[in-house]
Formats: sequence, C-alpha cells, structure tokens
Amino acid sequence: MSAAATEIPYDMEPHPLTRMYNGKFGIWLFLASEIMLFGALFSSYVLLRVGAPEGTWPIIGAPTVLGHEILNVPLAALNTVILITSSVTMLMSWYYLKLNNFGKGQLFLLLTVLLSCSFLVVKYFEYNSKLHHYLVEFDAPLVVDGEQVSYSRTYPTANGERTVHYLHGHITETVKDEDGYVEYYKFAADPRKPDHGHGHEGDAGHGDAHAGEHPEIELRPGDYRRMSNWGPAGSTFTGIYFTLTGLHGLHILGGVVVMVYFLLTGGSMWKKLPDKYANRIECTGLYWHFVDLVWIFLFPVLYLL
Amino acid sequence: MAANAEALQAELKKYLMVFGALLVLTAVTVGVAQFDFSVPVAVAVALLVAGVKGSLVACYFMHLLNERGMIFWILALCVLFFITLLIIPVITSSEVVAGHADKLYGVGK
Repeated sequence: MSAAATEIPYDMEPHPLTRMYNGKFGIWLFLASEIMLFGALFSSYVLLRVGAPEGTWPIIGAPTVLGHEILNVPLAALNTVILITSSVTMLMSWYYLKLNNFGKGQLFLLLTVLLSCSFLVVKYFEYNSKLHHYLVEFDAPLVVDGEQVSYSRTYPTANGERTVHYLHGHITETVKDEDGYVEYYKFAADPRKPDHGHGHEGDAGHGDAHAGEHPEIELRPGDYRRMSNWGPAGSTFTGIYFTLTGLHGLHILGGVVVMVYFLLTGGSMWKKLPDKYANRIECTGLYWHFVDLVWIFLFPVLYLL
Repeated sequence: MAANAEALQAELKKYLMVFGALLVLTAVTVGVAQFDFSVPVAVAVALLVAGVKGSLVACYFMHLLNERGMIFWILALCVLFFITLLIIPVITSSEVVAGHADKLYGVGK
C-alpha cells in the first residue's frame, strides 16, 4: 500500500529523541518562535515607555502614567477570566476524548469556541470606545464665552519644553455644509479634571477652567492643531496597545478557526483514529494555553502599569 | 484508554485547582493595582504575579512539568534569549539617551 510509504513516522508514538509524538514537538517549536515574536514586541513596549517624554504616556493630559487612565480595567479583567476559563474547557475537551467520550469532548470544544468569541466581542467594545474617544490639541488655550475650556500641560522636549493645550472627549455630531465638507463638530469634553497630585513641575494646569461646565463645544477645522482618536495613531501607548492586543486577537481568531474545523470534521477522524484526534486536540490546547499565557502578561503590563 | 481513567481524573482535579488559583491571582493583580505603590514596586508585584500565573499555565495546563525531553531545554534557551532581548536594549538605551540629552540639550537629570 502506498499509504504505508507516505506515513509520517512517530505520528502517534513518542520519538525516542524528543520523547513526544512529532505533532506535539512541532507545535512546541512553533510556540518557541511565538515567544520570540511576542518577546520582540514586549521589548518594544519597554523601550517606548522608558523613552517616552514625561507627560506623554499613556496619552497627553492623562492624570497618571498608568494605562488604566485610558483603558477599561473591568472589561479586561472579565476577558482574563473568560480566557482562563476557555483554557480549562479546552483541557476538559481533551480529557473526555481520552475517556472515549466523543460527545462531551466536542461539547467542551464548542464551549471553548463560544468563550473565545465572547473574548473577541468584549475586545470589540473596548476597541470601539477607543476609536470614538478623541484628543484635540490647540495652539493656544481654547476660550469659549470668555472662559478657558482647554487644559494645558508643559513637558520637556529635546529642544527645551513644549506646552500643549488640549481637550479629551467625544464627537457627538458632525455638521457638514452643502458640499459635504465638515463645517464643525459638536464636541462633548470629558468632565474630569486631569493633572492632579503627582508633583510634576509645571503640569498643574495653570488657569485651567472646568470643561464640565461646557459640556458641548463647537470645533471648526482650523480651531485645533490636531484631532486624533485614541486609535493606533493617537499616541505611542495606543500604538503599542493596538499592536500587541491586535496580534493577540489575531491569535484568538486563528485558534477559533482551528477549533471550528475540528468541530466540523472531527467526527470522521474520531471514527477512524480516535487517539490521533485526541492528540490533535491536545496540540490545539497547547497553542490555546499559550494564547492565554500571553494575555496573562498583556493584562497587567498594558492595563495596570 | 479506560485503564488510565484514574490517572486522568487526578489530572482533572489538578486542572481545577490551578483554575481556582488563576482566578484568585487575577483578583490579586487587579486588587494590588488599586494601591498607590511607587512604579518600581508596582511593576515588580505585577510581573511577579503574572510570572506565577504564567508558570502555572505552562507547568500544568501545558504539561511542561511532565516533558522531560529535549523540548524543555529548547524552551529554556528560548526564554534565555527572550530575557536577553528584553534587557540589552534597556541597558543600552538608558546609557545613551540619558547621556545625550544631558550633554546636548541640557534637559533630563
């Protein structure tokens, strides 16, 4: 039979040198390369953070340097719990396959897929809120009805120092003229007062007014120097945040594709080679636990530090 | 396969215990962040807790404790490279950037 000639060696039994079947060894080597991929990005994060001028991390005008000034910690904590739980359901799937219970094995695999999808849904809400939050920078303090509504912050640069006048908030309405050009934005400024109690010289927001008293401002193009959402281009922090969590999200998506494939096609392999199918689920699990592991580090590094 | 059902059951118990530990440590991570620690202390605590959680996942969920073959050493080498990757740029950047800024522009400390 030609099948015997093309059979992969050590496909089920452990290889004498690696002491594991080849598929498992392969996935471990892949994970080793993944460590280097995420490692390089973690390293970039450290460099960017260490090199960030004072007052610009995580974004200009944030009260402290902590990521949670602009990120949603409860949602991320929820996602941590979801991902850890999905790791356990993945293990349960393998456990039941090992006990010859295909039905329960597939059921827990399906649960893992559902949990992974809920992780992505939560992530969608997080991304969405970042993409609808804006930082607006002005050349001079913004005065509305004789009262200053923008905040200011001075930080050192290579050429001396730079003062930024800024506002954080949401665009509530975009008003366009007949030709379709933006006439002005209705802008709801964040009511919170930034810059307090951290003892940085010159960042105490001299002459700052209370934006909360001007909940809605009309911003015309030309009024401001730069308006950017908290997307990847918003600041160095949001850039590395979207890179790291985006790459991680792609890994989740990849895992979901593989699991759905096994949900759909697993039955036929299980009938012919149940042990081989259990091994495949074990390898998928190894990858899945690694994705969980990466998130365990991403969560405190991005959200809490 | 049914012969090692007991061994598997013991494994499952271990998984559930690790699961509980991971949930508790997640609560610890979030809880600790509420205290106003200085940045170095906060970084040390957060990375320590994350390190413990990561090790639990690798050792028990990924069965790394039971893998005695060469993969263990391949991964150890990988982790060594990872740490090197993390440390070398930080050391070089802190020397060069601080020195430059000080001499050229008179800013920084």
